Amino acid sequence: MTVTLKDVEHVAKLARLELSDAEKNRFTEQMNAILKYAEKLNELNTEGVEPTTHVLPVMNVMREDKARPSWPLEEVLANAPEEEDGQFRVPAVLE
Amino acid sequence: MHKRELTVTDLVDESLKRIGQVDDSIKAFLTVDEEGARAEAAKQDAAIGDGEAKGLLFGIPAGIKDNIVTKGLRTTCASKLLENFVPIHNATVVDKLNAAQSVTIGKLNMDEFAMGGSNENSAFFPTRNPWNTEHVPGGSSGGSAAAVAAGEVYFALGSDTGGSIRQPAAYCGVVGLKPTYGLVSRFGLVAFASSLDQIGPITRTVEDAAYVLQAIAGHDPLDSTSAKVEVPDYVSALTGDVKGLRIGVPREFIGEGVDPEVKDAVLSALKVLEGLGAVWEEVSIPHNEYSVATYYLLASSEASSNLARFDGVRYGVRSAGADSLLDVFVKSRSEGFGDEVKRRIMLGTYALSSGYYDAYYKKAQQVRTLIKRDFDNIFEKFDLILGPTAPTPAFRIGEQIDDPLTMYLNDIYSIPVNLAGVPGISVPCGFNREGLPIGLQLIGKAFDEPTVLRAAHAFEQATDYHKRKPNL
Repeated sequence: MTVTLKDVEHVAKLARLELSDAEKNRFTEQMNAILKYAEKLNELNTEGVEPTTHVLPVMNVMREDKARPSWPLEEVLANAPEEEDGQFRVPAVLE
Repeated sequence: MHKRELTVTDLVDESLKRIGQVDDSIKAFLTVDEEGARAEAAKQDAAIGDGEAKGLLFGIPAGIKDNIVTKGLRTTCASKLLENFVPIHNATVVDKLNAAQSVTIGKLNMDEFAMGGSNENSAFFPTRNPWNTEHVPGGSSGGSAAAVAAGEVYFALGSDTGGSIRQPAAYCGVVGLKPTYGLVSRFGLVAFASSLDQIGPITRTVEDAAYVLQAIAGHDPLDSTSAKVEVPDYVSALTGDVKGLRIGVPREFIGEGVDPEVKDAVLSALKVLEGLGAVWEEVSIPHNEYSVATYYLLASSEASSNLARFDGVRYGVRSAGADSLLDVFVKSRSEGFGDEVKRRIMLGTYALSSGYYDAYYKKAQQVRTLIKRDFDNIFEKFDLILGPTAPTPAFRIGEQIDDPLTMYLNDIYSIPVNLAGVPGISVPCGFNREGLPIGLQLIGKAFDEPTVLRAAHAFEQATDYHKRKPNL
């Protein structure tokens, strides 16, 4: 499989990144090199092998459904680039 | 200290003084919290002699990697995107260090979001190797390893996703322990690859590593991947006795691709352990050659998902040129992330995208199973696996930065340990002709840190590599 410039543009859009032409070209080249190396994995027959998502035998971790104290609003908003009336402020979503 | 011959303030002063002397050339720190450290020292000094039991790490100056959140103390992940981020809570490990009463001196440099093996990917400045400032300290916990090697702090916390504690420890001639996945809480560690990340200590001696691990290990309800296991006494495991210990030496770890001086040092270390009564045999990790490819697909995929949270809305730096909500996301991320972070987000997004998921992500998860089985098979007959931490000593700054794949291959002996989820330690085992340190890696069974630490300690006590210090 070869990664084209068009693929890189599509993936950048999915990843919410805006790349310069130089970045697009460099990433196309580098991703091809890395994925070509990753094709090594196709030497292995993995039919019927369970995928490992996680080494620990933990499944769902539950706790009692009981309210716990939250962080104070002013602390939560302390790092906000913009805030207003106790909310995160962003540019208008609707025209 | 109990005799009042030495105060916590003395220790903190010494640490701050050392930072003042050497950190202009080493560049290990991103933030030094002089005021906070002095206040904590004064508080602890006032409590000396009050009859209360003191913490395990009472008064010991420590540094924290800058991807571990510290309440009220700037935490940047060495990224421009988080340049101004001041956390509102502590990571569980930081709360545990506070309970053990170490004194946090500051936050340590790293590769941005822990992606890299040289510290050259810090958005602020590269850290330099204390043994030769033309060389990298390794990474991604390069600031942590360099700060300990340069004597700026007594210990540091790092994080290890594919070797990021052990490799810089090897490059800087200090001890670095990556615990078993799940032994140490990841709550408050800014996530890179959640199925692989683990926090651990970087120290001058194995005994120090045992003390710090004792302080930070244990189940945490705030981390759903934290293991419910009993925490053993790590310090009392350091008996010096390795008689009859069974060591497997994978031929893949000492074959092609290892620098000859590294290989010699590692084989000499094996002889030292043999002299102490350990027995060894050559073994094989047949799928080792697939570990780097497996790792980069899995880690990048997990990273592309984890780093989606950095969108310029709730925290971090928002692009000044954003006119729409989509612009806030796209421009903040594009201006805030560095080259390597973007590359891995791109790679991971590609590997997870429709049509490629089975070919890359699922395939890599299946090969991960095969690699884990290789380790399980060896551990049926052996207590430990021994090899180099990294194929070479520290390389020169700038030498590999344009070649991501070569840089990735530096992790060929450390990555499989993360994939298998088992513990690994790097201890100093020699120096090359240029005077750069070499690291020995010892890998143990899941949750068998006591054996890993015992063997590393026995080796360390039989040699004097850990006593040498860089000329600064």
